[in-house]
Amino acid sequence: MEKKEKKGSIFDSTIEAFQSFLRVPNTVTRRGSHVRDCNDLKRVMIIVVVALIPTLLFGIYNIGYQHNLAAGTDMGFWQMVWYGFLKILPLYLVSYIVGLGIEFASAQIRGHEVNEGYLVTGMIIPLIVPINIPLWILALAVAFAVILGKEVFGGTGMNIWNPALIARAFLFFAYPSHMSGDKVWVAGVDGYSGATPLAEAAVGNFPTMANGSDSILNMFIGLMPGCPGETSTIAILIGAAILIFTGVASWKIMLSTVVGGLAMGYLCNAIAPDPTSYLAMPAWEHLIMGGFAFGAVFMATDPVTSAQTETGKWIYGFLIGAFTIILRVFNPGYPEGMMLSILLMNTFAPLIDYCVVQRNIKNRLKRAQINQ
Amino acid sequence: MKKEIYKNPFFKANPVTVLVLGICSSLAVTVKLEPACVMALSVTLVTGFSSLFASLLRNTIPNRIRIIVQLVLVSLFVILIDQFLKAFAYEVSKQLSVYVGLIITNCIVMGRIEAFALGNKPWPSFVDGIANGLGYGMILVVLAFFRELLGSGCLFGHQIIPDSWYAAGYMNNGLIIMPPMALILVGLFIWIQRSYQKELIEEK
Repeated sequence: MEKKEKKGSIFDSTIEAFQSFLRVPNTVTRRGSHVRDCNDLKRVMIIVVVALIPTLLFGIYNIGYQHNLAAGTDMGFWQMVWYGFLKILPLYLVSYIVGLGIEFASAQIRGHEVNEGYLVTGMIIPLIVPINIPLWILALAVAFAVILGKEVFGGTGMNIWNPALIARAFLFFAYPSHMSGDKVWVAGVDGYSGATPLAEAAVGNFPTMANGSDSILNMFIGLMPGCPGETSTIAILIGAAILIFTGVASWKIMLSTVVGGLAMGYLCNAIAPDPTSYLAMPAWEHLIMGGFAFGAVFMATDPVTSAQTETGKWIYGFLIGAFTIILRVFNPGYPEGMMLSILLMNTFAPLIDYCVVQRNIKNRLKRAQINQ
Repeated sequence: MKKEIYKNPFFKANPVTVLVLGICSSLAVTVKLEPACVMALSVTLVTGFSSLFASLLRNTIPNRIRIIVQLVLVSLFVILIDQFLKAFAYEVSKQLSVYVGLIITNCIVMGRIEAFALGNKPWPSFVDGIANGLGYGMILVVLAFFRELLGSGCLFGHQIIPDSWYAAGYMNNGLIIMPPMALILVGLFIWIQRSYQKELIEEK
């Protein structure tokens, strides 16, 4: 009853959002309900957030670790964690305040309910930008992504491209000096250049088994310079296990992305002119470098922007993996190809689905006609 | 003469935001204000005069070859403008490069001749051409204003954003210089216009 009186107030959706954020709403469906599954949007989003926690925790530790290494100080484990936490906290504040502010405002204007879509996007954005990014630039990118990447298409579930990647692409093209190069990855030390393994590999220094800052073991654990979320393959694999076990993300996309990357990597190995060229880098090393693992697990599998049909998912993932390696190896301008290839395949996902569905219709029609 | 002829092209039937014509050149020449202004002026003159002459000749042009006659007319004015710019404003002409020559392919010019000049008297056709050119030019100048201000911190080549801002960490936006962002800006203009002018929104 109380709720009915409030109807028409412009703050309806805000009140509703806060009421149902962590609790079950006190209103129930009057007529027959249409529950197909116990998973609703809120539960799916929370599971992704949980799956991201290992990468976030490792990212926080790695920020402190890299700072300690670069500054030459002698910090303890908890000091490093605390340092990383203080560094990443402002990014999260900006991401959530700006992003949720726009989400609430646009829900208000449209009279929609505020939904949980931004929780995951806002969690991912600080994980895929360099830790030294100026906050006003981050705020601009978040606003750009939420308004032009999502709300103009009709909000959560209607977007063509992954909003977090739109934010990153905006930063990448608008402020390249803050997004790439070797000066942006280590927090708190001015002018320290710590190149990422991708940048090193592009000039012919492949990671080796030997102990060093760019050894393969370190890359697998994640103790290397890079964006907070993408360095640690182990933490990402834990997240992948959670996503696959709960059935939130498609294992087909993850697997086919890896297969696509490996296939293109081995093709590059086969045509490499000499062992020192980038083409000759072992294909599997691509998987633990840069954003490949993070993109394959958390970005490519976004249920809204990926292909929907089961065959389509295989094609979609395979092409993401293949394009990533092509961009990395053949395009000296962009050290990392994951972002661009996911955005490209997001664009083509509806076309892939269309072709798969049409082919299915055609096959069934053929069968039907033979039987006549 | 009806008022709509010179009034509509500026807002209600703007060639860029409503008819969505002339998009290529509005993405290409709007990085800086100066070439955008020159381009706006050139297109205005070309549309105006080619509409005028097409209208004068409208009863003598055989219908089956009208497109080629229009092309000859338009190219005449484009060549005149091109030569004029090369003679008196060489620097701008170099910045505009092929885009002056490409005015001939600008859909607005042919569109106005086909849609208006061939069925109307010379004076209204001339006014219609000029007004459409100015409507296009208006969008060009507004686009170039934002792109030059946010992309290079300048207006007409003079620095507007103070050095103290740059020292404080402000940076020029690299994306806005690229054509994709210009297209997004045009999209935003269309969005703004449609939220004022609801009758433009298509029924589902």
